[in-house]
Amino acid sequence: MSDLADSNKRAEEFLKGLWKENPVFVAVLGMCPALAVTNTAINSLAMGLATTFVLVSSSILVSLLKSVIPKQVRITTYIIIIATFVTVVDFLLAAYTPGVHKELGAFIALIVVNCLILGRQEAFASKNTVGLSILDALGMSAGFTFAMLCIGIPREILGSGSLFDISLFGAGFEPWIVMILPPGGFFMLGFLLLGFNWHAKRSKERALLKQTVETT
Amino acid sequence: MSDEQKNTTIQHTAEKEPSSFKLVFTLGIAGLLSGIILVGTFIYTKPLIQANKKAATQRAIFKVLPDCTTYSTLVLKDSQLALKATDENKKEEADKDELLIYAGFNAEEELIGFAIPGSEPGFQDVIGALFGYDAINKIIIGFEVLESKETPGLGDKIFKDADFQTNFKALAVAPEIIAVKPGMKQNPNEVETITGATISSKAIVRLLNETMDIWEATLDVYIKDNELKVSDKNE
Repeated sequence: MSDLADSNKRAEEFLKGLWKENPVFVAVLGMCPALAVTNTAINSLAMGLATTFVLVSSSILVSLLKSVIPKQVRITTYIIIIATFVTVVDFLLAAYTPGVHKELGAFIALIVVNCLILGRQEAFASKNTVGLSILDALGMSAGFTFAMLCIGIPREILGSGSLFDISLFGAGFEPWIVMILPPGGFFMLGFLLLGFNWHAKRSKERALLKQTVETT
Repeated sequence: MSDEQKNTTIQHTAEKEPSSFKLVFTLGIAGLLSGIILVGTFIYTKPLIQANKKAATQRAIFKVLPDCTTYSTLVLKDSQLALKATDENKKEEADKDELLIYAGFNAEEELIGFAIPGSEPGFQDVIGALFGYDAINKIIIGFEVLESKETPGLGDKIFKDADFQTNFKALAVAPEIIAVKPGMKQNPNEVETITGATISSKAIVRLLNETMDIWEATLDVYIKDNELKVSDKNE
């Protein structure tokens, strides 16, 4: 019985980041990369993966060290840990994928100040076991990457007429340039937030309706 | 804050406050470990990053100088061009104020032209470019943007638009390069700008003119002094 409860809890910690507590659509965290680098699908994916690496590594380290870090300097220590991993990612991308590194530019370094990462350390990794922290970090990163792709894929299709650099519509397509400019990011994010909130509201109303029908 | 609250706060801090030494020590250790990791990563990735940069420069040189098979790096010292010393240790570590250009040769070791880097403020940020210059016919024979943050979809046509690139197949640099509206090109020294990206296009023209001002005379002297064999095709 406790095994079942355990695995349920684990699944819960992983899945909450994907949908129920999605960092971008529900918590509205990490807006800077979500708006700035989502002009192509490949950039969105690269940013999602870089953030995944930093979030998972930092969560492991923070949850391992949670008992030795004094409470008064915890935020500073988390930032040192996060900044270290971000710089490592920066170097590795420059070494192995110079093209992506050039595109993402300063936004790699800005992963340090992504609230999503510091937030998970403070809210989760510093209070939970390593295993749960990894699951939480993976779930949140998957949710973040999913959200980045949700914004990036339509922006690239409409704004450049291509997907992952593969042309979709041929020469006859006139790209909606606004979609790959900054306003396109706001439009796309606005529509997605609208959809998400509408869906959440509707399912809540349905649950309420069902309850009232059952009680009467 | 009420007295009661104040008391609990004081008690709370008094109980939990660790010594300053422990705080400083923790941060010191964190900084030290972080430093070690970063230095390790830096040392490991440095040769790879430099190789990438070198490959990118090489690709650009071969692109702006068609038929180029080998090139040598030249450096401007005391207003004279000289072959850059290929000291293995100092390789690719150009000083900041060193002006570098590249001389490209074809398979018969004849000079095709020079690949010259230049930069100029564009719409968003500085545009860095490399262009191929045929010093005998005084024409630009190739152009490649190396660095640019121009607006996606508009300004970035300076390197994505094939029509704009055809401007630089045989562009005369004398008396100076002039920007004209699309479809209005009549003379060999005119560049057709891109609709919707006039500022970026004009920045390129400025970049070419200003860089040529620096190099034109120096290159003529260099060719004469070194009696370089020149590719027949260009004459």
